[in-house]
Amino acid sequence: MMKRTFSWLLAWAFASGVLMVSCAFPDEDDDTDPIETGTIQLQFDNIVGDKDLQLDSTRYINAAGEDFTVSKLNYYISNIKLVRMDGSIFTVPQDSSYFLIREANQESQNLTIRNVLTGEYAGIEFVVGVDSVRSVMEPDSPGRKGILDIYSGPTNEEAMYWDWNPGYIFMKLEGSSDSSTTANGKYYYHIGFFGGRTERTLNNLRTVKLTFPGQKAIVTTSIVSKVFIQADIQKIFNSPNQLSIKKSSSLMFTDSTKYVADNYAGMFHVKEIKMQ
Amino acid sequence: MRKVKDILAITAALLALSVSCSKKTDNPEPVPPSDNKPTPLEWTKPSYFPDPVYDLSKNPLTVEGVELGKFLFYDGILSRTDNIGCGTCHQQQAAFTHHGHDLSHGVDDKIGTRNAPSVQNMAWNTSFFWDGGVHDMDMVPPVPIQNKVEMDERVGNVIEKLKKTPVAGAAKQVDYPKMFKAAFGSDSITADRMMQALSQFMMTMVSATSRYDYFLRGDASALTTQEKDGLSIFKQKCASCHAGELFTDQKFRNNGIAPNRINDQGRYDITLNADDRLKFKVPSLRNVGLTAPYMHDGRFTTLEQVLDHYANDKPGSKDSIYVSPTLDPLLNVAGQKRGISLTAAEKQSIIAFLKTLNDDDFIKDKRFSDPGIGTSF
Repeated sequence: MMKRTFSWLLAWAFASGVLMVSCAFPDEDDDTDPIETGTIQLQFDNIVGDKDLQLDSTRYINAAGEDFTVSKLNYYISNIKLVRMDGSIFTVPQDSSYFLIREANQESQNLTIRNVLTGEYAGIEFVVGVDSVRSVMEPDSPGRKGILDIYSGPTNEEAMYWDWNPGYIFMKLEGSSDSSTTANGKYYYHIGFFGGRTERTLNNLRTVKLTFPGQKAIVTTSIVSKVFIQADIQKIFNSPNQLSIKKSSSLMFTDSTKYVADNYAGMFHVKEIKMQ
Repeated sequence: MRKVKDILAITAALLALSVSCSKKTDNPEPVPPSDNKPTPLEWTKPSYFPDPVYDLSKNPLTVEGVELGKFLFYDGILSRTDNIGCGTCHQQQAAFTHHGHDLSHGVDDKIGTRNAPSVQNMAWNTSFFWDGGVHDMDMVPPVPIQNKVEMDERVGNVIEKLKKTPVAGAAKQVDYPKMFKAAFGSDSITADRMMQALSQFMMTMVSATSRYDYFLRGDASALTTQEKDGLSIFKQKCASCHAGELFTDQKFRNNGIAPNRINDQGRYDITLNADDRLKFKVPSLRNVGLTAPYMHDGRFTTLEQVLDHYANDKPGSKDSIYVSPTLDPLLNVAGQKRGISLTAAEKQSIIAFLKTLNDDDFIKDKRFSDPGIGTSF
């Protein structure tokens, strides 16, 4: 029964998907469409405490009193949802809901999401990382192309994927610290694990829910709202779990990575919204 | 009934498709040219092997695809330093392991942490590598390519390098755009195609022509009396793990070898499950006489040492079976000495039998040999 239902669903999903693609002829764009959509922008800004994050050049002190620099900071943002004033949710279509924020790449921090239903939004939800559905797809399937392509583009260049235990690295933070116990004085936080392919494993996927403080994001066919989201790197080390670079100079394939995931899940907040 | 429903569902989908496109049917799809088609290559399994795990329907073998896979397998262009190919650590004369190496060295003479496993009978693998982290043959090549101490290259960069071939003045002239076109019908070089070509080549690397295979197929004289004795002892004492005609149950087991200096935890590193600590994949024993050294870190150099470990009978020495919570129960039977009880004569018979799994045809088969572009250290 389940399988039967599934094949019907699949058929209709396929049919409607094809319908959308096959009908996107330019001369038909002005066909009557009762649904109005607009654009929203998300600007991610990585900060340390109250200052803008500077790669390499600046030394910071974490709550454990350890100095550190940041040489690399990358993380995936995916499965974006916008929360309306009444609490209902607009889910950003899957084909435009995966991003890789890279501190070294300004452009990657500015997310433009089109085809957002017009309306007033009071908050946002997103996943830090890449969900299990995409993680177990065949690498040559269309859903694993673009930013999720493991063989080319930023994911491959930044090595945001474990080949030997296939899965995306949700967040990669590297830098140096006098407290590091590694031979080269660097520390490495590579956080992955989507819950397992053939058996249940650690699940470090985290959903972040943010409200727009005292403001709403208005999306119309002409007004574009830009949501400024700050991510405070200090929180990765400090709260709610206080980490120590000396105790953990390298966190990659251990259960302890869940503490890092819990920490970075809380590093985001919305600073402001601007209408354009 | 279910099938009927499925057909109905597909019909519904196709119907929707035809309706939605009815406006634009006056432009027929261009028909791809029928020449330059790769030549299909039939793949047959030995009758006494199980069905293959690899899904050939998603990547049908062709003569040109396999040929391309062979070149990619041996070409050092896959590495950052352009001199380490798959064939560097997987050498044919050693049944595609690294002859003379317990741990292999990759770029800049960096040393890895595990003993290169044999590339043979890959079609039947339910998982790959000692820890079984990878489940799809198409996803095997990126692991050594992108490993810092093996080939230390990015797949994306390999693709760029392949596109630029043939390189003027290079000692080895290989025209990959031409080979990709022959294999896939167009000269577009993508990572997916590269992995598929490598899988096609690895699919053909079947070892099933050892003396034991001739024995299985009815030639009773293919094995000596001692070898036949060894076979029957093997079946009693070893085949619960080295099961079936591939000589592995494909499970992960802790066989009681002590943790090594780097405390390699094996399967645990994939699952983070404490029950998987110190477990490694049970290797196939086909060609085992050619693939020394043994174990995940190559700690044993001879089959005698391996059997001495399991027999746990070295006079005067301490227990060779390292006891930990995940030690395989078959090696730790209550009321018995840990290990597998074997007499000296039984060990000799088992080793004699194991050597009948050496497949001389396989290690000499020109279809699998370096086409003249490889590097061996």
